[in-house]
Formats: sequence, C-alpha cells, structure tokens
Amino acid sequence: MKEVDARGLSCPEPLMMTAEALKETKGPVKVLVSEPHQKTNVEKFAKTHGRKTVTTAKGSEFEIVIE
Amino acid sequence: MNFTDSKKKLLLAGAICGIIAAVLAKLGNPANMAFCIACFLRDTAGALKLHTTETVQYVRPETIGIVLGAFGIAVATKEYRSSAGSSPMIRFLLGMMIMIGSLVFLGCPLRMVLRMSAGDLNAWVALIGFAAGVGTGAFFLKRGFSLSRAYETNKISGTVAPALMLGIFILSFVTVGGVALLATSKTGPGSMHAPIIASLIGGILFGVVAQKSRMCFAGGIRDMILVRSFDLISVIAGLFVVMLIYNVATGNFHIGFTGQPIAHAQHLWNILGMYVVGFAAVLAGGCPLRQLVLAGQGSQDAAVTVLGMFAGAAAAHNFGLAASAAAAATADAPAVAGGPGTAGKAAVIICIVLLFVIAVCNKRKTAK
Repeated sequence: MKEVDARGLSCPEPLMMTAEALKETKGPVKVLVSEPHQKTNVEKFAKTHGRKTVTTAKGSEFEIVIE
Repeated sequence: MNFTDSKKKLLLAGAICGIIAAVLAKLGNPANMAFCIACFLRDTAGALKLHTTETVQYVRPETIGIVLGAFGIAVATKEYRSSAGSSPMIRFLLGMMIMIGSLVFLGCPLRMVLRMSAGDLNAWVALIGFAAGVGTGAFFLKRGFSLSRAYETNKISGTVAPALMLGIFILSFVTVGGVALLATSKTGPGSMHAPIIASLIGGILFGVVAQKSRMCFAGGIRDMILVRSFDLISVIAGLFVVMLIYNVATGNFHIGFTGQPIAHAQHLWNILGMYVVGFAAVLAGGCPLRQLVLAGQGSQDAAVTVLGMFAGAAAAHNFGLAASAAAAATADAPAVAGGPGTAGKAAVIICIVLLFVIAVCNKRKTAK
C-alpha cells in the first residue's frame, strides 16, 4: 500500500501529498497526519473524490486509509 | 458544533465573526478597524512599550481572547496538541514580515476584508497584491516548499502562549505607585475601544468560531488555487456579507479612495504591502488570525510567528516603516497624502527579496 507520511507538516502539505499519491495510484493509500483538522481535511478530500476512508487514532496521531 | 462539514455552516461561521466585529465597532472600536489582528497586536506591542508611538498603545483584549478561546475549545474538543520544531526562526521572520507588510497597507487580511465591505477601494486594490502573494506562495508549495516537520512536545509547553496572553491581560490592570504599568493611548486609534469585557468576550467567541471553522484569509485563496476547495473562502464570504449589510445599514458604507478612515491611497504600496502579507502567510501556513488560533491550540511554531509579529510591530513603529494614514486639510494643518516613507518602502522590497530566498531554500526532503 502506498504510504504518505505527512506527520507534523503544516497545511496544506498533507492534502497536497495525498492528492499527489491518489494521482499516482488507483489502489489504497495510507496517510499519516498529526493534527485533527488535517485528518478531517484528508477524509473530506477523499470523499469528494469518491473514495472511502477508514481512520484510526495512533496515539496522538491519525492513520487514514483511503480505499 | 462542527462547522467544516458544509458550506452553509462555514458561511454561518463567517457571519458570526462578522456580527462580533460589527458589535465591537458599535461599542467603540475604531471605524472599519473593528477587528484587525495586525493593528491589535501592534497596539498590544505598544502597550508593552516595545514601541512608543503614543497613538497606538492599548492591550487589545480581542487578540488575547482569540488565543484563549482557541485554547479552551481545542482542549474541550480534544484538538489541543502541543507541538514545535518546524523551522521556528524562519517562522519568526515570516511573522515580522507579515506585520511590516500589514502596517504598510494599514491592516491585516481581516481588516482588508472589513475595509472592502465599507467601500474602501484602496482595500480592493490591496486585494490584488494579497491574492498575488498567496498565488506566489502556492506556486512554491507546488514545487515542494516546506518548513519541515513539527514534533509533539511536553503538553505544558503548548500552554505557554495562552498563559502569556492571559498574563498580558492581567498586567493591563496593574498600577505601580498609581501609574499604570502598561501604556494606554489617550488619543488616536489606540484610545478608541469597546469596553474591556465586551472586547474579551468578543475575542473569545471569535477564537472559538475561528478554531472550529479553520478560518484563514490566506488559506481561502490558497485552497482555491491548490485544491479547488471553496470551503475556507466561504467563511470569508459570510463575514464580508454581514459587514457589508452592517455598513450599508448604519451609513458607514462610503465607496471611494479618499476619506477612508485610517487608510492611504498609495496604490503600489498597498499592493506590495499585502503581497508580502499573502506570500509570507502562505509560507507560514496561515494568516495572522490563523497563527493566533494555532498558537492557542498548542502550536509553538505558530506562537513563535506571533512573537515575530510583535517584533515586526516594534520595528515598524520604532524605525518608521509603518505607513501614515491620509488626512484631509484642516484649519491648522495641510492635507496629508499618507502612505509609507522611504524606510517603509525599502523594508517592503527587502521583505519581498527575503521571501523569495526563504521560498527557494526550503524544500521537503522527498521533493528535492
């Protein structure tokens, strides 16, 4: 699975890296982010592109799998 | 309440902030400076005597309220996260430049929108510069610009910025030998303010709504360019519409370049001043308002940007970089065209050069 590690990065880098990864692969993408608002942004971005997401909290960070 | 799941709610968030600004203007804040982050941080810097321009010294409870409001709501909704380490000194410089650019234009992006809603055409001209600055920042983001990662820190560390803000607020009531410790303007914009309690409550509410809606003036244009997202611009639109209605209803809407309160019509410098603000804000990851909110929710990198803004305000006034407002002729004094002096113009050019250097020199490791 393609992985995007956007932990600790400022907005809008997590979103841009996610968009890039989704362009590169049709398969699932795992995105790691630190801030709750970045988690929401990535989930929303995936949703608007017709993709489903599963999010799990990893300590104080988040792992979002875009299916 | 989650504001970010629909455009209507985001519009509502902007409208609430517009109403807060309108109420504070009604209660005594300067005309069309109802709520300006740059001006209010500058006034607070003056109160702390970081600069001594007598007309702009006052501890503005609004900015303190924003940080405290954002802190409170972030803790309550489990969004508080203490972090630091993403190029703090570059962020300090960006904060300084945001403030210098703002004080050449005479307002942060929030006040630019408030001035636009009051018919001030100078602010519409400045919007061109702001959008171009955001566009330039977005171009470098596309090329892989990054200030690198922030890391989680001890939880207490993230509370220092809100605690400092609270400390400044408390100090504003302290007198030593009958003399107030902090400075307060007797004339000029610094002397015009809503009652302290109204300003504080207004600021806290503004901070709560801004935190929940992710309100960001630079982000609004940036996201339109980069990810075709109109979410953040919806918040700004809500604020603009409410203030437009308020200004028309109260007779404060005057379309034109001249006769605007605390403004000047030096178009080139309005454009370049806001170009610096837009460019620097995108590199820093948010406008002055967003930096205050992020500082409240635990980002010490944003807190360093805010410190940079304080330093920028001090530099702008101590070294004559800030623009002066235009003024009509009176019986005692001739008309003043206003605008920045030579030092202010030089500072703007230096800021632009420095921003390009920062933008070119900082790339994500994978993007190299």
